Amino acid sequence: MSPIISIANLSKTYEGGLQALKGINLDIAEGEIFGLLGPNGAGKTTLIGIICGIINPGAGSITVNGHDIVRDYRATRSLIGLVPQELTTDAFESVWNTVSFSRGLFGKSRNPAHIEKVLKELSLWDKKDEKLMNLSGGMKRRVLIAKALSHEPRILFLDEPTAGVDVELRKDMWQVVRELRASGVTIILTTHYIEEAEEMADRIGVISNGEIILVEETGELMRKLGTKRLKLELQDKLRKIPAALRPHKLELTSDGAQLIYTYDRHAQRTGITALLNDLGKAGIKFRDINTTQSSLEDIFVNLVKRTK
Amino acid sequence: MNWRAITAIYTFEMARTRRTLAQSIVAPVISTALYFVVFGSAIGSRITEIEGVSYGSFIVPGLIMLSVLTQSIANASFGIYFPKFTGTIYELLSAPISFFEIVLGYVGAAATKSIILGSIILATAGLIVPLQIAHPFWMALFLVLTAVTFSLFGFIIGIWADGFEKLQIVPLLIITPLAFLGGSFYSISMLPPFWQKISFLNPVVYLISGFRWSFYEIADVSLGLSLGMICVFLAICMGIIWWIFKTGYQLKS
Ligand SMILES: Nc1ncnc2c1ncn2[C@@H]1O[C@H](COP(=O)(O)OP(=O)(O)OP(=O)(O)O)[C@@H](O)[C@H]1O
Ligand SMILES: [Mg+2]
Repeated sequence: MSPIISIANLSKTYEGGLQALKGINLDIAEGEIFGLLGPNGAGKTTLIGIICGIINPGAGSITVNGHDIVRDYRATRSLIGLVPQELTTDAFESVWNTVSFSRGLFGKSRNPAHIEKVLKELSLWDKKDEKLMNLSGGMKRRVLIAKALSHEPRILFLDEPTAGVDVELRKDMWQVVRELRASGVTIILTTHYIEEAEEMADRIGVISNGEIILVEETGELMRKLGTKRLKLELQDKLRKIPAALRPHKLELTSDGAQLIYTYDRHAQRTGITALLNDLGKAGIKFRDINTTQSSLEDIFVNLVKRTK
Repeated sequence: MNWRAITAIYTFEMARTRRTLAQSIVAPVISTALYFVVFGSAIGSRITEIEGVSYGSFIVPGLIMLSVLTQSIANASFGIYFPKFTGTIYELLSAPISFFEIVLGYVGAAATKSIILGSIILATAGLIVPLQIAHPFWMALFLVLTAVTFSLFGFIIGIWADGFEKLQIVPLLIITPLAFLGGSFYSISMLPPFWQKISFLNPVVYLISGFRWSFYEIADVSLGLSLGMICVFLAICMGIIWWIFKTGYQLKS
């Protein structure tokens, strides 16, 4: 299937001379949730801004649904909804008016029923006549999402949608995102909450210093790069790791109650059997065992470190 | 053309006027009334008439132009500066609309406001002094052309400004002096020859002259010259706007 967004050799240098993007190549498939991860200043917002028409592109080309974003900007922009990173709202407008305004701006005919549906989904219905300046930060964030959804986009950009949003609301938002995906909307999100990308995204791209350093299907990425940790809760606390166990490169928690063994679960030999044998021989007894997969956060930190 | 978008911007801006009614309409009307009191009564008691028109009536076209000029600039510059300031401009830039459509929405709304304002001042003045409009069509044309031209000019200032000071500096330092020296309160022919020549460098002179002609058929310069000057200014503003949108000046990084 041809990609809904195709970015080829995109570079961007800001006026001050800062090169924010360096030869980005990226394809986004229709209907997927794509998670864009990267540290502060990596270029995520710049990339999104260029696709949406807010920032002038530098070299390279971008097509959305086969249309060039510069030449056929009407065709491409009418497909795209954008929720910006910054909370920017018209203080004196009401929720209903600002959301209806967005729909008009995108050239769609009036449709109060649709606006009502969007506001209800985002639990904003009882605030529809409220002025924006009277809303909390999280509610403003939802208004921005409502504005982006007001014109029924086929592609939705969420630039850190859950920054400053409480746990409850975050869950609601992801529910909305899942429903959108189910209805065929392509979603590109950036987030600093890596568990979120891990949980939500079908594919993950990591951007650092203006370069895409990795794009991978989420599960595959976890499998490829995921190390696991085996945690042993000890019956009796240890003060130090016995010499016989040194070769296993264990960590002892500071309270001496747990031993941690890190291994690669895809390795031919994980070393678990040998470890358990040696523990038995050393007379160490344990109360409990558990294993955890390393989170995307660890992977991410490692990757970024490697490129620096 | 994305008419729905133009309508959305236009109605949004008009709604802003309704919210700030006092500021947009009442304030200029009050200040015009003050001009009447100060200039009309104080000076009018000394200069009884100019070229056969009573002083109070003589200053009406100039006063209307003064308000239309300053309010067109204020409304249009604020209208586009505000979204830049708050950041909501992102939505305009990401919408499937051309810059031409953005201008049409903003400038259309700003010009509408000024025209309404000008009409209100005209009606108010009609209650105070005797008025006669010899050429209603030309009067309306001058009013509309001036409102549109200076709204465009205000739009340019709003885009250029990167702070509230800049937003106010052009109206304050350039437009107000030009408008005051543009013959609102006197006929250019009353000045010494040297100042007459200087006055003809002031574009506002041509506007007020033409506008006053449509009332009383008295003018400092010919009608054609008045019309020509305002069209030149309009063309310059459109040229600058075209350039701004081509380059994304102060709008896109
Ligand atoms: N308008 C601008 N002018 C000049 N430089 C800019 C501009 N906007 C962003 N930059 C720079 O470009 C780089 C990329 O910024 P960008 O906002 O795209 O990062 P980001 O990945 O979105 O970061 P964050 O996670 O903090 O949102 C940064 O170094 C930033 O300072
Ligand atoms: Mg960002």
